[in-house]
Amino acid sequence: MMLADVIAVIIWLGISTYAVFGGADFGAGIWDLLSGGPDKGRRPRALIEKAIGPVWEANHVWLIFVLVYLWTAFPEPFVSIATTLWIPLTLAGLGIIFRGSGFAFRKWADTVARQRRYGALFAGASALTPLFLGAVAGGVASGRVPLGNATGDPMASWINPTSILGGTLAVLACAYLAAVLLTREAMLDGDYLLSEYFRIRGLAAGGAAGAVALIGIAVLAADAPSLYDGLTSLRGLLLVAGSVVGGTLSLLLLLRRRYVAARPAAALATVAILWGWGAGQYPWLLEDVAKIDDFAASSPVLWSLIVASGAAAVLVVPSLIWLYRLTQIRSLGDGEVRADSTEARFRKTQPNE
Amino acid sequence: MAVSLGFHIILAALGIGFPLITLIAHWRGLRTGDTHYLELAKRWSKTMAVLFAVGAVSGTTLSFEMGMLWPGLMGPYGDVIGLPFTLEGVSFFLEAIFIGIYLYGWKRLSARAHFFSLFPIVAAGIAGSFFILSVNSWMNSPAGFEIVDGVVTDINPWAAMFNPATGVQYLHMLLAAYMVSGFLVAGVYAWGWLKGRRDRHHRLGFIIAFSVAAIASPLQIVVGDMAARRLIEAQPAKFAAMELITEGGSNVPLTVGGLIVDDELVGAIEIPGLASLLGTRSFEGELPGLDGIPPDEMPPVNIVHISFQVMVALGTGLLILSGWFGVRWWRKRTLPESKWFWRAASVAGIGATIAMEAGWITTEVGRQPWVVWGLVRTEDAVTAANGVIWSLLAIILIYLSLAIASVITLRRISAGFREGAEVATPYGPPSDESKTSRET
Repeated sequence: MMLADVIAVIIWLGISTYAVFGGADFGAGIWDLLSGGPDKGRRPRALIEKAIGPVWEANHVWLIFVLVYLWTAFPEPFVSIATTLWIPLTLAGLGIIFRGSGFAFRKWADTVARQRRYGALFAGASALTPLFLGAVAGGVASGRVPLGNATGDPMASWINPTSILGGTLAVLACAYLAAVLLTREAMLDGDYLLSEYFRIRGLAAGGAAGAVALIGIAVLAADAPSLYDGLTSLRGLLLVAGSVVGGTLSLLLLLRRRYVAARPAAALATVAILWGWGAGQYPWLLEDVAKIDDFAASSPVLWSLIVASGAAAVLVVPSLIWLYRLTQIRSLGDGEVRADSTEARFRKTQPNE
Repeated sequence: MAVSLGFHIILAALGIGFPLITLIAHWRGLRTGDTHYLELAKRWSKTMAVLFAVGAVSGTTLSFEMGMLWPGLMGPYGDVIGLPFTLEGVSFFLEAIFIGIYLYGWKRLSARAHFFSLFPIVAAGIAGSFFILSVNSWMNSPAGFEIVDGVVTDINPWAAMFNPATGVQYLHMLLAAYMVSGFLVAGVYAWGWLKGRRDRHHRLGFIIAFSVAAIASPLQIVVGDMAARRLIEAQPAKFAAMELITEGGSNVPLTVGGLIVDDELVGAIEIPGLASLLGTRSFEGELPGLDGIPPDEMPPVNIVHISFQVMVALGTGLLILSGWFGVRWWRKRTLPESKWFWRAASVAGIGATIAMEAGWITTEVGRQPWVVWGLVRTEDAVTAANGVIWSLLAIILIYLSLAIASVITLRRISAGFREGAEVATPYGPPSDESKTSRET
């Protein structure tokens, strides 16, 4: 295995983590969008707010990671992707701006009308951003990105069968991951009814994702034959099978209300299909256009990326685990004030606070 | 791109400076047991959260734009300057993680862990700005590679990161971030002071934030001087444009104000020999002039000169204001009473922000026509895709609305503090939803 392949694997790890954590985050926004009017949607929205409030920013740094690694390790393919697919990328970028700021502003809006306006921004952009990101993936996977400065078709590169498949699958996967996450979050708060609410939605989204993936096989066979060949090789088939197993398992667990175990299974389904794509495309970085080894940066650059990955593994991963753990033991956010918390110091001296 | 950066730079500065100010308040609160300090830290953390959110998303979009708009830069040189971007990713990650913990950790996290979660945020700001500035200084002072037959080879990403310009440029920006944050936050309390809100809360809020900025100001003059003098050798065109030196040589006068119209200097006050004295510490010192710059390598001289002078003038004003505060505090341990001090202090943040933007325009426009100094011309770096100009226009409008919404939200937060309002549940009447569901 070459050094460039190691970097490609690291990039793929980043994409996988982004798909799971960022995906659940986008998905939470999708459920926010679908939870109805102010009265009906109040409880699910409060749960969504609580579940992603402390973690959403961290969840999206993975995307920055992927982009930076891509341009450092594979500058020319990166530039080709960015300039050919600039329309969906701009839209995804705007989507990221809108959902983040909408979420941050909604918290502070003082009237229901304003909250709804910011909420719609957050929720609508949450649904559209994965659609565009999936379309970008479809454009790359179906070999529609030629090398060079904006040499590809600016429209057909992202409006094509594979891109539509990629976008739809991304949106459904996000919704599914979020529903699985939120069932457990609801139970942590002892809200059985709300967990049922997300359980039903999770089953629907998961079923839909599975169905679209099945149809997708035919789409890829017709529209992206090289990727299809890769996917149906032994390596590809194993990963696809992994995704099928993970997806089915997570649906069964959801059905039986085993919400904690359903999380890794749903993540497996998502990650395995991404690795199936990666393995199906390997050794191509841009399908049928550019191979990983031919367009990698020189080895001192790649080594510096390995060093940076080491730093990330030592510093970021434990911090991230701590953050997620704190959310799961409900040490963040509202609730009963703990005796040794900072807030308790206020109350000691200021009983009226 | 310039618009996004110009917008992001303010948020980035606040992202670097605000946590430090909050840390000081929080620390004082724990040390003294005075809840006024903790209350300040809590309010600041909420403001910081909104700013960080907007900064995070505008920063993410910037990384898209790098490739979309500047393929001529990122294609050949993306690998040379990738390392600091990656490390910035690491620090940004830490910032995002710990800001989540700090912001949500007031009630149910131990006070110790809560306080310590501030440190990574401050450290990540200091480290992250280093990495980003190392990229910008690389564009001014490209290093860490060779060009053989037009191909970039022999890349050493570490040498690129630690290029000769990194040190001063980084310090200059870090101090600017502390000044902008300090003066902006202090300005809010100075405004309240003028309106008669002179309680302990306002007093402490002002002192903490203003002190940070007041300490940074004199240091900034020293670093700024180093940064400017470095350019005499490194980027003579930029230097000549900044100082508007029409003829190079020794005993060069300092040009205050003035414009170049039809190759003639008009409307300037010239102070004999001062530019040489400032630049080289001697009247006899040689300085580069615009006469030595080939026409096709000439930056837009007037913009560079005006923005440079604006920065210097504002910086000097802020130094005087800091001195006023410092002397008074040193001699009497009290705050100045003059209304003029408070008027100036309440707009100092805006002044510092304009100074930072002017400084940024100076360094960026002063580098033109190059995007990478001496190597890549801006026109060659830009995307070939049609219609990108429309996306730029859209981005300008969106940033504008984002800025307006941020200001409205921040005003609402501060109004909420005054009324003691709690956070509302999304789409509902303000109710403590999470608490009730916990109990049932």
